[in-house]
Amino acid sequence: MITFMNNSDSEEEPCNERTSLMSAESPSVPSYQDGLQASEAGEAQAHRKRRTGSSRSPNNIADGEMSDSGVPVRESTLENEEEELTLKYGAKHVIMLFVPVTLCMIVVVATIKSVRFYTEKNGQLIYTPFSEDTPSVGQRLLNSVLNTIIMISVIVVMTVFLVLLYKYRCYKFIHGWLILSSLMLLFLFTYIYLGEVLKTYNVAMDYPTLFLVIWNFGAVGMICIHWKGPLQLQQAYLIMISALMALVFIKYLPEWSAWVILGAISIYDLMAVLCPKGPLRMLVETAQERNEPIFPALIYSSAMMWTVGMAKPDTAARGPSQQTWDAAEDGRENHRSPSHGDSQMSETRSPVPTRPITSLEELEEEERGVKLGLGDFIFYSVLVGKAAATASGDWNTTLACFVAILITLKTGKVLEVHAAVYWSPPVKLLICAVHQDLSAFICWISTSYIMVLEQNVK
Amino acid sequence: MGAAVFFGCAGIAFGPALALVLLTVAAEPLRVIVLVAGAFFWLVSLLLASLIWFISVHLSDREDAKLQYGLLIFGAAVSVLLQEAFRFAYFKLLKKADEGLATISEDGRSPISLRQMAYVSGLSFGIISGVFSVINILADSIGPGIVGIHGDSPYYFITSAFLTMALVLLHTFWGVIFFDACEKRRYWCLGLVVASHLLTSGLTFLNPWYEASLIPIFIITLCTGLWAFFTAGGSFHNILKCLSCKQEDDSRVMMYSALQVPFED
Repeated sequence: MITFMNNSDSEEEPCNERTSLMSAESPSVPSYQDGLQASEAGEAQAHRKRRTGSSRSPNNIADGEMSDSGVPVRESTLENEEEELTLKYGAKHVIMLFVPVTLCMIVVVATIKSVRFYTEKNGQLIYTPFSEDTPSVGQRLLNSVLNTIIMISVIVVMTVFLVLLYKYRCYKFIHGWLILSSLMLLFLFTYIYLGEVLKTYNVAMDYPTLFLVIWNFGAVGMICIHWKGPLQLQQAYLIMISALMALVFIKYLPEWSAWVILGAISIYDLMAVLCPKGPLRMLVETAQERNEPIFPALIYSSAMMWTVGMAKPDTAARGPSQQTWDAAEDGRENHRSPSHGDSQMSETRSPVPTRPITSLEELEEEERGVKLGLGDFIFYSVLVGKAAATASGDWNTTLACFVAILITLKTGKVLEVHAAVYWSPPVKLLICAVHQDLSAFICWISTSYIMVLEQNVK
Repeated sequence: MGAAVFFGCAGIAFGPALALVLLTVAAEPLRVIVLVAGAFFWLVSLLLASLIWFISVHLSDREDAKLQYGLLIFGAAVSVLLQEAFRFAYFKLLKKADEGLATISEDGRSPISLRQMAYVSGLSFGIISGVFSVINILADSIGPGIVGIHGDSPYYFITSAFLTMALVLLHTFWGVIFFDACEKRRYWCLGLVVASHLLTSGLTFLNPWYEASLIPIFIITLCTGLWAFFTAGGSFHNILKCLSCKQEDDSRVMMYSALQVPFED
């Protein structure tokens, strides 16, 4: 140890939990390490990546923990400064997440409250075959549980399928799938949405104009999402497609099934992340080993750094949200045109997101940004939208839901700060994961409860 | 009538709150977080209170109107007590967060003081409570309709808006006073805050008789505001200084000498 710390007068300072936690966030730190510590650092990184959703802040404290036990303590003051900065940035980044999530929810709620189409029941997805138009409460509950089971199993199958595809390097297939999904979302769903909005406000639009508008919207969207584009335009497009997807779910999922599915998704996500053989975990680990980005698009990023071929393997975030998103897409398409081939049939599944995949962009020279998987946007928007749709004319439920969602976005951060100081990284990550999902679950419970209450009071 | 009433009432109800948020909270991310978390705490207290009321209503005789009215008053009182209890819980949480922030910050001071957090938490309780009171009324005010056509007061919308404004301000002041009282362990202050909240809530039961409810509530708001101002360290001297926009040059010299020697030396 002494050889590491040469001319600092603080060499006697004990490398306690706090200082070791505080030091060494930069990626160059591993170079200080001997082989053992480097592998520990790698594992810490893997743990962090795997932690789908906890690390909303740039606070890489825990990540650096393993790797810096040998780092000279003279860095600690620098680290303390950085620490405070990262804390402030962390708060700033949470706020940066508030804005897009809020926007998406506003779009969804505004549409639900004004366009009648999305609250009318016109059939169901084939993944929720059991109808809820049954006379008895028990039967309805049973049907919704069965629907949920089917939906969740479809999700699991799709996730496993995606992991296998990724593992056996079928990149072209995945890329093709993604492009097809975003094509459909940007063109078909937008067309339907625009049609319904025009109908609601009784505005006439001729087909040539419509074609021009949709073509431009869709083409620019494809370019922005899959290739390059101004950051804000890209963010706007991602928000819009999340809102579109959420609206589809709100329309085609029957009420009780929707609520049970949302609850089950939180639990499933928790398990998928924590179980050693969970598909998400395997996906992340594989991406980690290969040190490469998986899929382009479908991650909302607030920083400038994000490009298609980016070097930083921030892959963990992408995968799960990716697949959820596609699935949703394909599912929708399937419902409409049942004549699709088997491959697409099998690809359809619930887009209800796997858990918030937020990971902080690591240590680029530019400002650090925050990423959030689109699955999250969709999940939150479905939650709020369903609350808005069901609570006829009552805004309190929607608002309560909204606040609860904002809280789930931010609690991960606070918990992380606390945990970083008191617990070791793996435990911390575990706690963050659990807490994240529990918060979403609690949010779901409270919203359901409020709605039940309202029904009864009316 | 619809849009005008909507915007007017929304402005009355949320004008001060919006101004306060835009000027003092929106720029600082930590304060925004405290704001949202405070709103959540209030919501949870409301959830619990509604649960209690719901159970009590279901266990009681639905036909008895007087009993139901009594249960409503009881529900309101329980709600007030729970709100204050959650304010206390939030105080504890913020205190801990303050210590945590102070620990990990460089100079041992947290980036946000407990006083600021008291103010922001009070504001958050106020905003969410005001929103929950008035948002349905605002939504109805857009649409077609005539207020009070069945004999109720035609001033319903505007009095609700004023009441909401008072409520927002009151919660802000109560937040400041409450946190200060908890810090300095002045329990009589706490009791007074809870009592004034109960009083305000009770006054709203006088409601179509708006002179008897609104005017006392505004008087209470004014008094609580003054009390909160003095609790937060304000004084007549401060107001004069603020209004005259004098620069404090000498304090900078003091700050430099109070700097610590850099670590590296």
